[in-house]
Amino acid sequence: MLDESAELSVSITQIVQRLKGTHLHSQLEKQAKECLHKPEIKLETLKDDVRRLLKASGWERKLQNAVYRELHILPPPRHPRAPPEHTKEPLAYMRKAQVNWEKRILKSLNSMCTELGIPLARKRPVPEQNELTNKWNEMGTDEPDLSKFRPVYAPKDFLEVLVGLKNPNNERSEDLTVRSHWGLIQVSLNVRDIPQTREMYPELGLTYGQLGIDDHTHVPPDLFESEHIHIGKKVVSEHDSAAAQQYSRQGCPTGLRAQLWSLILNTTDDPEAITHYEQLKARVIHHDLLVDNLIYKDVKLTASNDDYYFVFEDYLYQVLLCFSRDTAVLEHFNYNCATPPKSCIQSKSGSEQCAVVYPPNGVIPFHGFSMYVAPLCFLYNEPSKLYSVFREMYIRYFFRLHSVSSHPSGIVSLCLQFERLLQTHLPQLFYHLREIGAQPLRIAFKWIVRAFSGYLSTDQLLLLWDRILGYDSLEIVAVLAAAVFAFRAENLMEVTSLASAEAVLADLSTLKVMPLLQIFLFATSV
Amino acid sequence: MSAKAVSCTIKSPVALQIGDASVNVTSIQEISIKNYYTVYLTVCLQRREDGSAKWVTCLRNYCLMSNPNAEAGSHDYFSIYRQQSFLLYLGFEMLLEPDNVTTGRLFCYCYLKDSERGVPVWLSPLTPVEEPLDLNGLPDPETVSSSIQQMWALTEIIQASQTAASIGRFDVEGSYDVKLLSHP
Repeated sequence: MLDESAELSVSITQIVQRLKGTHLHSQLEKQAKECLHKPEIKLETLKDDVRRLLKASGWERKLQNAVYRELHILPPPRHPRAPPEHTKEPLAYMRKAQVNWEKRILKSLNSMCTELGIPLARKRPVPEQNELTNKWNEMGTDEPDLSKFRPVYAPKDFLEVLVGLKNPNNERSEDLTVRSHWGLIQVSLNVRDIPQTREMYPELGLTYGQLGIDDHTHVPPDLFESEHIHIGKKVVSEHDSAAAQQYSRQGCPTGLRAQLWSLILNTTDDPEAITHYEQLKARVIHHDLLVDNLIYKDVKLTASNDDYYFVFEDYLYQVLLCFSRDTAVLEHFNYNCATPPKSCIQSKSGSEQCAVVYPPNGVIPFHGFSMYVAPLCFLYNEPSKLYSVFREMYIRYFFRLHSVSSHPSGIVSLCLQFERLLQTHLPQLFYHLREIGAQPLRIAFKWIVRAFSGYLSTDQLLLLWDRILGYDSLEIVAVLAAAVFAFRAENLMEVTSLASAEAVLADLSTLKVMPLLQIFLFATSV
Repeated sequence: MSAKAVSCTIKSPVALQIGDASVNVTSIQEISIKNYYTVYLTVCLQRREDGSAKWVTCLRNYCLMSNPNAEAGSHDYFSIYRQQSFLLYLGFEMLLEPDNVTTGRLFCYCYLKDSERGVPVWLSPLTPVEEPLDLNGLPDPETVSSSIQQMWALTEIIQASQTAASIGRFDVEGSYDVKLLSHP
């Protein structure tokens, strides 16, 4: 086991290093200096007095929240002999699979750009820049010809990559034993079963109140809802990230959710954040990228066709186009084993070749990517705020849904957990679906990759995402996928083809997620 | 049900010769290994005591993979330290002082994939192959172990400072004429 004090000192050093030079650091210094003018400061107890004043004025809390945020994205501790790629992903065969997948994507992008004769990036001529500035708030009214663009990949292509993952050390025999994989995922990762999941999610248990269950119209509000809202208001006024995260495990009230998520993700309304967003917008105006067309196409194909989200089309462009140009996103490659695509360009003086990342944020959008942003539009109508929240959610959670890794919240673990839960608790159903050629993961994969965005009704989706934030894990998505199959098990046992199985599970818009999760986790006999 | 014989291969072990053969005495401070699907590790050292060489077990059945049927720990790096206070990165204490050491053996225990067949396959010692442990260029182990925590903190700072500064700009002198993408 790790020596705790050694690990702690390394973590502290890393976090201090990261916070040094940030806007918060300079604000704290400024506040501390201003404290010196106060009459209650005494020279003999200078340090303690300044600390006390900073605590009273709320600055200590801001620092705590910043440290808490850093803890969420701190890379795991490194053995001194381990190379950096090992820390991001210890299994060599998964790293290799990720590299091969990335090469395929690049090839596809390169050939698209060659076939269409469109450059990957170009500087916009001034008239075009002006035009775009004028219609920034209504980019959705444009009807550009996107017919020649195709998405670089769709979730089902990525599923084939995951299905093909094999541990080279594991010689697979042909005969089925008890431990054989019935499902599509053929690697053995440690995933939680129901008893272990119960331990991880105790607040979802039958003895705890939940938003999504105990706020139903026929339940008197004084039983749970009123008190929960009262506590929520207190959490918001305390500006405490950790408390907000704990609180959201039982759901966020609609009126407080935007503030609570912002607290949990430590996104601020600082002028700094607004300036950063304006800078990104300026970059969108100056340069046109090929991936912009992919974003347009994706929004037109997915969010614009969705009853809940089509009204937010303009917001989605404003967020996603800026997201592509945000080099701050590159930091997440410190703990993501994916590698951003690169290219060499000649410097203007012609003297040297420089490597640049493309797109600037290193993330190539795929079919359905805009659905990570769409639900957030219900919470934030200020573009810079919407942007900050989305970016933080992407670098904490969503990136794990489309890269190959063995992380417990990674897509491979989630798929395996889904299959194992189903195989263990509904073996008859699993076997039946397998026999009719309807492997459950083929149906559930699209839900998992999008964390159910676009499949559940929005209020239900937000209740689910409350718990993703509350427990700092995507595992709940896998559990919900299994719970959905459990709920529709009777109908699924009657079907005789993949198409009919898909039809049974096509419409999830009437599902209530919290009762489903509670029944599956706490009312299933194990 | 009659038992079914399973064929297996027993590989010859690789013995680790520690230090110069002519100079018998070596104190071990650290053993580092990179795992590849070993579940349990036992470390034996041959010590020279009172003129005779004796094999002693200094670490028995340390678990490297908590679940032999899952991947966790299968590719990880581990370190074994002599002192209790330096339990780092899944390192652990040796049962006795690894002084006067000449040769070492690591016994690696793995599980067959189907645990119904039960018995772990383990490597048995056969004729050792001489392979000296390279300590060239390393500083005195005593000073290293006493300052190891500080060194690690320093290493982490250096690594962190390489990525801390966000440049922000993605273009080169205003130009971003990306032609073709390549995988780094």
